[in-house]
Amino acid sequence: MKITREDVLRVAQLAHLELTAEEVELYRGQLDEILSYVGKLEELDVANVEPMAQVLFAAAGEAHPELREDVRVACDVAGAVLAQAPDAAKPFFRVPKVIER
Amino acid sequence: MSGAATWTISSVRKALQTREISARELAKEFFGRIERRNPELNAYLALSPERAYAQADRVDAAISRGERLPPLAGVPIAIKDVISTRGVQTTCGSKILETYVPPYDATAIERLEGAGAVLLGKTNCDEFAMGSSTENSAYGPVRNPVALDRVPGGSSGGSAAAVAAGLAVAALGTDTGGSIRQPGACCGIPALMPTYGRVSRYGLIAFASSLDRIGPFAGNVADAAAVMSVIAGHDANDSTSAPVPVPDYAAELEKPVRELRIGVPEDYFGEGLDQEVRAKVQAAIVRLEELGCRRVPLQMPHTDYAIATYYIVATAEASSNLARYDGVRYGLRVPGATLMEMYRNTREQGFGNEVKRRIMLGTYALSAGYYDAYYLRAQKVRSLIARDFAEAFQKVDAIITPTAPTPAFRLGEKTADPLQMYLADIYTVTGSLAGVPGISVPCGKTAAGLPVGLQIFGPHFSEGRVLQLAHAYEKSMSESSSAGN
Repeated sequence: MKITREDVLRVAQLAHLELTAEEVELYRGQLDEILSYVGKLEELDVANVEPMAQVLFAAAGEAHPELREDVRVACDVAGAVLAQAPDAAKPFFRVPKVIER
Repeated sequence: MSGAATWTISSVRKALQTREISARELAKEFFGRIERRNPELNAYLALSPERAYAQADRVDAAISRGERLPPLAGVPIAIKDVISTRGVQTTCGSKILETYVPPYDATAIERLEGAGAVLLGKTNCDEFAMGSSTENSAYGPVRNPVALDRVPGGSSGGSAAAVAAGLAVAALGTDTGGSIRQPGACCGIPALMPTYGRVSRYGLIAFASSLDRIGPFAGNVADAAAVMSVIAGHDANDSTSAPVPVPDYAAELEKPVRELRIGVPEDYFGEGLDQEVRAKVQAAIVRLEELGCRRVPLQMPHTDYAIATYYIVATAEASSNLARYDGVRYGLRVPGATLMEMYRNTREQGFGNEVKRRIMLGTYALSAGYYDAYYLRAQKVRSLIARDFAEAFQKVDAIITPTAPTPAFRLGEKTADPLQMYLADIYTVTGSLAGVPGISVPCGKTAAGLPVGLQIFGPHFSEGRVLQLAHAYEKSMSESSSAGN
């Protein structure tokens, strides 16, 4: 496993992280070490194994969580939610301009 | 511990019923203890005295009216700061949520208060529950009340330390890869991770959704069972919560353990296990045999792959869950000239090192060209680990292992080496991946006086049996220690 500086920058961009130069070098080394360790998963033959996409379904047997009825319920929280926003103008969250004219 | 009285759920109940103390006086006593002890321990990040006293007054009013008291009436509890509490700050140990005050309560909180519990405050934890020592909190590390130069474990280190130091009678933590059980072991108290889906996660701020669970810390196993009886059960607000009936856990405790088959997997006793921990756990297994349990040797061949599997699955889910922190709707916003710049600046300044590292690792594992090699492969190995458990539970009623490979380590000892820190969860992540319940129960101390934890896993939805075994063991240990005095 050899993680390059470019790998780190590509992933940081995907993750919307603005890393400092020191962080890029730190994470390059650490991701390389961790992914080398994770490489041990290649020792196993998983050709005929299903991925574990759900934890509960096999365990709960018949008691699968059912989807609830699709009914409208009152949810009067807009004011309380907007009160937490760094910049709100009811009923909107305000952000830097995204549309160029 | 300054000679302060040790309160339990049953002693609180008795003291309230006999009017020896009021719920308000008890809450006041606990806030006094916190004031004295917390500057040193840093277990609590925020206190909620208004909410606590209002609840205590309701309990006292019910007592004066001669009403029948709910199961946790007046019991002072602490809540890990990743669980939403209406009107009380919920930071997840992160700068990015430093100002966040949830507009609603988690279901577990509603149920606890509905049962009469008095919410003292929010406890410190690793940022977004990512860590094994509580050193990743943006608000400083927690110290282990048993040994102040040691970590309390993590990520629920504040909850574990609060209960161990007598700053709460019980506490809620969350466990994704060991974050309830490992701090329970480090601080010397019982700590239960319930089955996946057993306790509603509505209002739990997500780290890794296929793994996260809420569970109790308490001073003894019976108290952990009492808290479980209140918080367990289906919740329409959490589509992953299971509609499986909840037994009376207190009644389960007293069932005989004779003839229960306990599996001991040799894979959990290999290289890396501290010799003193090994000796204590082996002695505990012998004690369970003396109580009539039948020991069955087991092999769980995929145990060695659990950490690698976990750190792909958990970080992949975390990278997705933490995408929501963008400075738009709540928490920190660091301005930028464009929307993208604002996102990136906010996340760079708001997240700490470990969180960024995990977001990077998870993003990498999910990215084009690497998905099959990492994420999909890890999900397949996860099936193999779950199969190890399913096959074991064909032969045994419970599985006994150490909770952690070493006792609590020193502050700073592992912070420079993330992989070494991850290996602190080597015996706990297996059960996390398989979705089964597990408890850590104290099984003695090392020569240096550090607590050692015994881990008991059971099949899905068998919290009753896991608690029953832990209770039988705890009882036999306290009987023999009082006989020895």
